[in-house]
Amino acid sequence: MTKPKVATTSLAGCFGCHMSILDIDDRILKLVELIDFHKSPVTDIKKFSDRCLVGLIEGGCCNEENVHVLQDFRKNCDVLISVGDCAIMGGIPAMRNGISLKECFQEAYQDGVTVYNPSGKIPSDRELPLLLDKVYPCSAVVKMDYHMPGCPPSADTIWETLVALLTNKPLDLPYELIKYD
Amino acid sequence: MSDKIKFTIDDVEIEAEAGQTIMQAADAAGVYIPRLCAKNSLTPHGSCRVCTVKVNGRSQASCTQPVAPGAKVESETEEIKAYRKSLVEMLFVEGNHYCMFCEKSGNCELQAVAYRLGIDAPKHEYLFPARDVDASHPEIFIDRNRCILCGRCVRASKELDKKNVFQFIGRGIHKQVAVNADAKLSDTDLAGVDVAASSCPVGAILRKRVGFAIPVGQRLYDAQPIGSDIEANRTDK
Repeated sequence: MTKPKVATTSLAGCFGCHMSILDIDDRILKLVELIDFHKSPVTDIKKFSDRCLVGLIEGGCCNEENVHVLQDFRKNCDVLISVGDCAIMGGIPAMRNGISLKECFQEAYQDGVTVYNPSGKIPSDRELPLLLDKVYPCSAVVKMDYHMPGCPPSADTIWETLVALLTNKPLDLPYELIKYD
Repeated sequence: MSDKIKFTIDDVEIEAEAGQTIMQAADAAGVYIPRLCAKNSLTPHGSCRVCTVKVNGRSQASCTQPVAPGAKVESETEEIKAYRKSLVEMLFVEGNHYCMFCEKSGNCELQAVAYRLGIDAPKHEYLFPARDVDASHPEIFIDRNRCILCGRCVRASKELDKKNVFQFIGRGIHKQVAVNADAKLSDTDLAGVDVAASSCPVGAILRKRVGFAIPVGQRLYDAQPIGSDIEANRTDK
């Protein structure tokens, strides 16, 4: 029997949640007995070539590329899980939501005290994904099936959740494992 | 002793003094009812509705509802738990609650009630409102991004500090806590030792220069759910 596949991605996140996935330490050996990693920074597989059982999403959506990747995950994964507070509510990147894009660009490329940019130009290469007006939680873009809060969720939370899902058992996390920070 | 009032919460018999609220009687019996705007030393406000229970089938805020003989109170039913969850989720999406860097995280009552109710993520759309920060005072700051409009600061300042530093202005979604001065918090007579300065359940009114003093793992609600102190006095066991 082929093992179910798990895909992961980091959108507008800091890769901290992926570090927390790796923090399951030697349990990752048990995990690869249960699953195969498909498209993920862990495997460096870039494109979906197979249906995945689980998609783990770190980070919210701050640009159009994030939206495309997230929609691609929704199409190719049976179960999508927001991993961490950025995927759930935008997180630190969403702090710009009260500030206009124009002001953000001016601060980052023109007026900021540490900016060195003699041309004064704001990058506009067509290779660069367009920023969205705001940073959006993943659930504002596609349907997310489950949410794993934390910044990052602890390795134990991720482990318990994945094992429960893969072995089709109810998840009963102890109090200490559900935290928003 | 004839003025003892008997009633039940989730079929547990509770004995109360006449004049007590349902929440006061429940606390004394070691039965925790989740709450945010209620605080022991302050007049009940009944505004957050997180302490809603059903009294003889009707929804009431347990912090303001007096006990009545023979009343049948329901608290931890699936219906009421779902109702409380939804209220708390709305508080999260209505403000800007960034737990990951908030000084109050781990000691925050909003967060702790959400943990206790088992909220993984709010179901509602985030509003990302534009709110301001007033850091003009030398010892205290207000971050309105985190304010849940519980009115504890308003009541503490008026009732305990006898100062009336804080007051609500505006209505509905525009409602906010304002300061009783022409412009800024520094223009008021608020002092760092005032009860109002330490009455906030969330991180909206905080003392400066003491944030993150307690390491993660040792904070108030890191290991024990909110309400554990009340439940430790459970009398019917």
